[in-house]
Amino acid sequence: MSQEENIKQELITKFGIPEANFRLPRERRIFVEVGQEIFPAVFDYAVRQLKFCHLCTMTGLDDGDKLSVIYHLAQDRSIMINIKTSVPKDNPKLMSVTSYFSSADAYERELADLLGFKVEGLPPGNRYPLTDDWPRDQFPLRKDWKTPATKV
Amino acid sequence: MPNSRKFKIPIGPQHPALKEPEGFSIALLGEKILGLDIRLGYNHRGVEKACEERSYIQAMYLVERVCGICSHAHSTCFIQAVEEIGAIQVPKRAQYIRTIIAELERIHSHLLWLGVAGHEIGFDTLLMYTWRDREVVMDLLALISGNRVNYGMNTFGGVRRDITPGHVAEILKGMDILEERTKYYVEVATQESTIIKRLSGVGVLTLKDALALDAVGPTSRASGVDRDVRRDDPYAAYSEVKFDVITDDHCDVYGRVIVRVKELMEAYKIVRQCCQQMPEGPLTVKVPRKIPAGEAISRYEAPRGEDVHYVKSNGGEKPERVKIRAPTLANVQAVKCMLKDGQLADMPIVVAAIDPCFSCTDRLISIAEPRKDKRVMRWDELRDHGIAWHRARGIDMDGLNLKFRKMLERV
Repeated sequence: MSQEENIKQELITKFGIPEANFRLPRERRIFVEVGQEIFPAVFDYAVRQLKFCHLCTMTGLDDGDKLSVIYHLAQDRSIMINIKTSVPKDNPKLMSVTSYFSSADAYERELADLLGFKVEGLPPGNRYPLTDDWPRDQFPLRKDWKTPATKV
Repeated sequence: MPNSRKFKIPIGPQHPALKEPEGFSIALLGEKILGLDIRLGYNHRGVEKACEERSYIQAMYLVERVCGICSHAHSTCFIQAVEEIGAIQVPKRAQYIRTIIAELERIHSHLLWLGVAGHEIGFDTLLMYTWRDREVVMDLLALISGNRVNYGMNTFGGVRRDITPGHVAEILKGMDILEERTKYYVEVATQESTIIKRLSGVGVLTLKDALALDAVGPTSRASGVDRDVRRDDPYAAYSEVKFDVITDDHCDVYGRVIVRVKELMEAYKIVRQCCQQMPEGPLTVKVPRKIPAGEAISRYEAPRGEDVHYVKSNGGEKPERVKIRAPTLANVQAVKCMLKDGQLADMPIVVAAIDPCFSCTDRLISIAEPRKDKRVMRWDELRDHGIAWHRARGIDMDGLNLKFRKMLERV
């Protein structure tokens, strides 16, 4: 069994994640979707036990009535795991992972600015990447937000 | 004691080292940096949103323009993700050509950086030398692609231009010249006391901090982090060429010079191997206009470090989501750590030492220096404060202005 498959089986036995939530498209890539209730435990396990110790980035997605975020984590010299979790759009609360990776600071501010996530536990600081006078209720990466060029 | 006063100075948004905007607010105790606050975002152009409104091929050209120096890095990273979603098999020859351009780009970027580093420490001879030598690789890129930057080599399923035997001969000639020159720079970097003394112990980033802050590229490798996407998650033709991942344990700006100079030598090695091993064959495969639904994440070792692109497709003609994480965003976090407890005068070279590229990055971070009397002045308030401060010390510009006006009237 490949290393990727091993990690998948380990997560299935440990957290009872349905097999259909996994996708192993090629070597060195694991995509997995988990619910908010088990996300903190899965994330902790991936970082501390499975040694996915490098946070490459975080991607925010507008999935209709949900907002999703993908944590792209990499092991040294090998596999990358992409853990996706979703929160309802009307209450997009997200726990900060800055206690694991201080580099998450910028990525989480980006989620807050561009998609309107409410990140709990993020230390106070400047906004990023939008300007200070950008309206607080305008989230450019949401699908219903149109640029002036495409507004009809 | 004159040194005992804490104060905060703003630097930027005009960059003190490179000609790109970002703002620093530095808390100082005398000349010592206590902490700093970095404000980025001045270059935010909404590229990710713009990609969602364009076809894949248009998005590719847009992404190439994220950065002027590592344009090939961004476009390759992006199309690798799209090609993975579409299960497009890129021909071997095209992968070798992508690798050659990637390494030529690294050579041009590192030589440019070495010049800037020399300039920041007042060693302008080094700037003149390296930028003269950089023209060799710029000419090669122009010869192959027609452009000095934004080469436009990539297209989905392959590359747009071939590297002919004539090009190969020119490339190999160029590599010989540059290798000779780089040997001299290795000598300069390891023996020239000006460089060693000026850069040693400046902008220290320990291995532990580099790992904790997720630093990437030469910045992290100079702190002993043995990571390089070209080896760890190979793409293009990197799995078929031999090269060493350069690391150094100086953990300071000096280490970053050593790593980049030695990486130049590795780049020549890679280019030569690619030129020799490049198989014959087609340059592209036919690609459907619509990319099937799916998602992929692509990593790429750009000259400045790991570049990450995530692409999601909904099966249409336009991407559903494009996420770009340029290496400077990962490294700018480490700058706070490097500058803390350092000297203000070291700031330009420390900032320049991560080889920052803010048009790629445009992100923000913050550090809060605890202080009770925090007050932000607007420009007009600062002006009024300045006038009042001088008046209290007997200097009244109003009176002087009047005097000058009268003198002018008499003339």
